[in-house]
Amino acid sequence: MAKITYIDHEGTEREIEAKNGETVMEVAVKNGVPGIDADCGGACACATCHVYVDSAFLDKVGSPEAMEQSMLDFAENVKENSRLCCQISVSDALDGLKVTTPESQH
Amino acid sequence: MALSDTDTLLIIGGGQAAAQTIAGARQWGFAGRIRLIGEETALPYQRPPLSKAYLKGEMEEERLYFKPADWYAEQNVELSLGVRAEAIDRTARSVSLSDGSAADYDALVLATGSRPRPLPLTGAGLEGVHELRDLRDVDGLKPVVVTGTNMVIIGAGYIGLEAAAVARQLGANVTVIEMARRVLARVTSPVMSTFYTRLHESHGVKIMTGAQTEEILGTNGQVTGVKLVDGTRLEADIVLVGIGILPNQELAQAAGLACDGGILVDEDARTSDDRIFAAGDCTVRPLVHYSRTGRLESVHNAIEQGKLAAAALTGRERPKLDVPWFWSDQYDVKLQIAGLSQDYDDHIVRGDPESGAFAVFYFRSDRLIAVDAVNAAPEFIVTKKLIISGQTLAPAQLQDTSVSMKELAALATA
Ligand SMILES: Cc1cc2nc3c(=O)[nH]c(=O)nc-3n(C[C@H](O)[C@H](O)[C@H](O)COP(=O)(O)OP(=O)(O)OC[C@H]3O[C@@H](n4cnc5c(N)ncnc54)[C@H](O)[C@@H]3O)c2cc1C
Ligand code: FES
Repeated sequence: MAKITYIDHEGTEREIEAKNGETVMEVAVKNGVPGIDADCGGACACATCHVYVDSAFLDKVGSPEAMEQSMLDFAENVKENSRLCCQISVSDALDGLKVTTPESQH
Repeated sequence: MALSDTDTLLIIGGGQAAAQTIAGARQWGFAGRIRLIGEETALPYQRPPLSKAYLKGEMEEERLYFKPADWYAEQNVELSLGVRAEAIDRTARSVSLSDGSAADYDALVLATGSRPRPLPLTGAGLEGVHELRDLRDVDGLKPVVVTGTNMVIIGAGYIGLEAAAVARQLGANVTVIEMARRVLARVTSPVMSTFYTRLHESHGVKIMTGAQTEEILGTNGQVTGVKLVDGTRLEADIVLVGIGILPNQELAQAAGLACDGGILVDEDARTSDDRIFAAGDCTVRPLVHYSRTGRLESVHNAIEQGKLAAAALTGRERPKLDVPWFWSDQYDVKLQIAGLSQDYDDHIVRGDPESGAFAVFYFRSDRLIAVDAVNAAPEFIVTKKLIISGQTLAPAQLQDTSVSMKELAALATA
């Protein structure tokens, strides 16, 4: 279990209790967190699940694999802490994770 | 028509397009009644994993659902699952249902999807002959796709090939039979067909092209094999038929809505009746980047048309249209397609297929119209953006791998 906080681009926070093994994307979509489209449902094919990971958690979420990285390279408004959150699995280590959603996924 | 909050929005079909329409309507402020009629008993779920992670046993059913049951309750969406819509009475604005009741509407969205094209051959009804469309199809397949099973797959489209990859990884002996001279013949170029044939053969799948099935063989109602027109007999414990789909347009057709190989809709996903919209696999729609109409079978299309319908129903501006896109996962190869290549008159390959990462770009009248990107996300994303913005690159530019896709994107012209 991990508590994850989703912050939208206007600063509104939503804290959600997430089960291990789900992805950070699934938790958001199933709980109606706005700002994450996730069109491909987590196949790492669409780049519409882009988030910014709180810097304190960058190490814990690990670094993106090659496919995700090359998708990110071409996403809009990418930053150092950008990730596709369908590629981040929830685990106890992520308790307290904060991610911010961009203004638009397209 | 934009709905008012005393109106009822009725949605027929419980798949991707339906789920998107509902989410969109609520997100954009429609507070009236929403009712969903779905023939399947499961909550609306995504199909792509059915021939991928879910078939492989790597994903539980709940993870397929777009939203949990609670969400529908919270959003005040009435679900009538396991119920089929039988007929639309457009004058009374009412739909009769398989449970004997009727559902009234102020606006109706048809999101009935498509169904597998049936195999018109003797033996198609035998036990052990499967198709792959619904959750329950896969629940029937999973227990029998096991090590040592002889599996014959009829049809080498994306779904058939994805299933072949999973079945092979689960240890089945897999033979794919394709009537055309090459795999994926209907959807892509010979370069891609050769790549996928080799990929599957390297994993031990037997691919037979130019092979026409004559009959499915069986004893005591159980499938035992497949007989080809040239007399070849293949042993089979299971047969999977994947020879394409047919749009579920009959409900619309019977109600007098314009249909032609799918329910005809305009740029807002509206049918020939002002109060009735249609979205997803069941439609024939304008393809604005290609100046023609066509039917798409993809997640992109279901999502986009769901949004279009929801936007029109809530009086919002039409969302920006994406270029058609699609993906397919086989073994560790990810294919991403942007655009429609069907009527290309030129194509070039960027990178070396032998390396496992390359892209095929398609052109028509010197304009870039599509890409098949194999383990090549930059090629996919750049092409998508170029087509949306009406820009193009020359074949020779795209062939030059010494220039990165980022640099190329900056060189694109209108
Ligand atoms: C195995 C598989 C793998 C796929 N992989 C990919 C992929 O990798 N990428 C991609 O982009 N696309 C993929 N697709 C295609 C994609 O899933 C479809 O295009 C998408 O599901 C279409 O959504 P839809 O809502 O139009 O139809 P569906 O999802 O088919 O939903 C239609 C629903 O309507 C119900 N229905 C029909 N008639 C009635 C009626 N009269 N009354 C009540 N209910 C009715 C049906 O039972 C069904 O539940 C795949 C499809 C399959 C089957
Ligand atoms: S959901 Fe599509 S890339 Fe993450």
